[in-house]
Amino acid sequence: MGDTPQRSAHAGTGGNPVATSHERPAGASARVAERPGNPGRPDGGLGGGGALPRARAFGAERAFRGLTLAAGTTVLVVIAAIAIFLVAKAVPALRANNESFWTFEGWFPNDDPPQFGIGALAFGTVLSSLLALLMAVPVALGIALYLSHYAPRRLGNTLGFLIDLLAAVPSVVFGLWGRDYFAQPVADLSAWLNRHFGWIPIFGDGPYGNSILLGSLVLAIMVLPIVTSLSREVFRQTPTANEEAALALGATRWEMIRTAVLPYGRPGVIAAVMLGLGRALGETIALALTLGSTYAISFNILASGGNSIAANIANRFAEANDTGRGALIASGLVLFAITLIVNITARAIIYRRREFTESAA
Amino acid sequence: MAKRIEATNVTAYYGGFKAIENINLTVEPKTVTALIGPSGCGKSTFLRSINRMHEVLPGARVEGSLTIDDQDVYDRDVDVTAVRRMIGMVFQRPNPFPTMSIFENVVAGLRLNGVRRKSILEEAAERALRSANLWDEVKDRLGKPGAGLSGGQQQRLCIARTIAVEPQVVLMDEPCSALDPISTLAIEDLMFQLKDKFTIIIVTHNMQQAARVSDRTAFFSIEKTGDPGRLIEYDNTQKIFSNPAQKKTEDYITGRFG
Repeated sequence: MGDTPQRSAHAGTGGNPVATSHERPAGASARVAERPGNPGRPDGGLGGGGALPRARAFGAERAFRGLTLAAGTTVLVVIAAIAIFLVAKAVPALRANNESFWTFEGWFPNDDPPQFGIGALAFGTVLSSLLALLMAVPVALGIALYLSHYAPRRLGNTLGFLIDLLAAVPSVVFGLWGRDYFAQPVADLSAWLNRHFGWIPIFGDGPYGNSILLGSLVLAIMVLPIVTSLSREVFRQTPTANEEAALALGATRWEMIRTAVLPYGRPGVIAAVMLGLGRALGETIALALTLGSTYAISFNILASGGNSIAANIANRFAEANDTGRGALIASGLVLFAITLIVNITARAIIYRRREFTESAA
Repeated sequence: MAKRIEATNVTAYYGGFKAIENINLTVEPKTVTALIGPSGCGKSTFLRSINRMHEVLPGARVEGSLTIDDQDVYDRDVDVTAVRRMIGMVFQRPNPFPTMSIFENVVAGLRLNGVRRKSILEEAAERALRSANLWDEVKDRLGKPGAGLSGGQQQRLCIARTIAVEPQVVLMDEPCSALDPISTLAIEDLMFQLKDKFTIIIVTHNMQQAARVSDRTAFFSIEKTGDPGRLIEYDNTQKIFSNPAQKKTEDYITGRFG
């Protein structure tokens, strides 16, 4: 879509140069007169003798330009269509809501009057994603540095392949594994954490089971391969000249990494982390299976409970009536906004250092 | 501040390929020594084996002995980072750290040595930049990225970074090959000044440059592609360029070969 009118517009402008050339008969006739005299242009070759040829009105250049423009426009159209759909569905449900959408801790949109609030869901989404990143990113960067700068080449490639494989596992598999197998060890760990570090509020009392901690751990495992393989690629691209410069100054390997590799890879690592965060925020089924599906804001990450916007949509969609679906769509809008804020923040961080990163290229 | 380097039977390999064979060479302190020869003759390899940068490449190794004031840099107990701090290196293409400012670039080596005090760093940075004839051009924009300078300035920045840690020896691997004639001249002038403090070894493809800047010249060559590079002749620069002892040297410097 958007393609056809674009093309016809070009066809319209394409006619003009032909017309103008007719208005200059002198130049045109000179060309015509020259051509038959020099068949095959023996005098000029590719450099061309005689008059300069006109710019082509049609051709691959124009067609490609139109094609890319159409592709770019499609994105805008799709985004606009989604936004309109979401808002149109969400507004009636939000109007009908009998409680504060932002602060109410509960989700009863099918009741009469409907009552639902996004607070606990948004809180759970952000908390579980941040925890997941907190656990995954240091490990991922460690693996990435090992693969790019320490491991022997063959081992590095094999390990890298295995990590990419981890990214290909469907999230429902992670979810089932988390719920049926991983839950027990995490419950044991929770009890241990509570016993020894219970004075820290986040390590509160049980019951232990499908908790924010379990969900975050599963999320961390899912985010790990994305952050790892992107960071590894970034680290690999460090110019050898800079690595050698650091080594020649007497840096150890770790000092070389700190001086040359990490600063060079910083924007790329931030992008990798943000992509990971994007995946964590939007992750649906794994969290639907591993979180406790409650609607309370609690910093106790050990106790059964927790919820996220996407998981809540998955869990509640089947039973939802019209208002219920509108409420879920409204929650989707909030998730969209959160993701947008995360992306803008990431861009801002990268933009702030552009003077240095641009001259690096 | 300057030391004598003695290479005895230095042979270097890239995996199974022997790049240089049995190089014997003594470099006196506070002199400029030029290594010349056709491409692939191993002069850069020899240069990189002096500060143990050769072994950074996978599969690369060095045999023989290389001493600096009678200390073998290839001794099993020697800390390789200490060797590289003592023997600084300037590379073919300017390679300032792209994410660092001019100031940070100059003091990068000092920071690696654990110098933290701001006043010491500033003093050292100014001294190094003055020695590299760059101070006047950059003193007002020390916080700007080093990569934003011109090619010649970047190379002088790299020289400043190298001499900021006060090495004994400075190795230069074709330092002017990516630069225009004016910047080249600036760096050649700089070499004359640096000679007072450092022992300098420079690899160059430019024979006029070798004749201009060096006290002694070593001519490397290979028999044919795939053979290891050998030292053909090593003598005072004036002698090499006016009356070389070897036919091969004469052929090379007169442009009949290579």
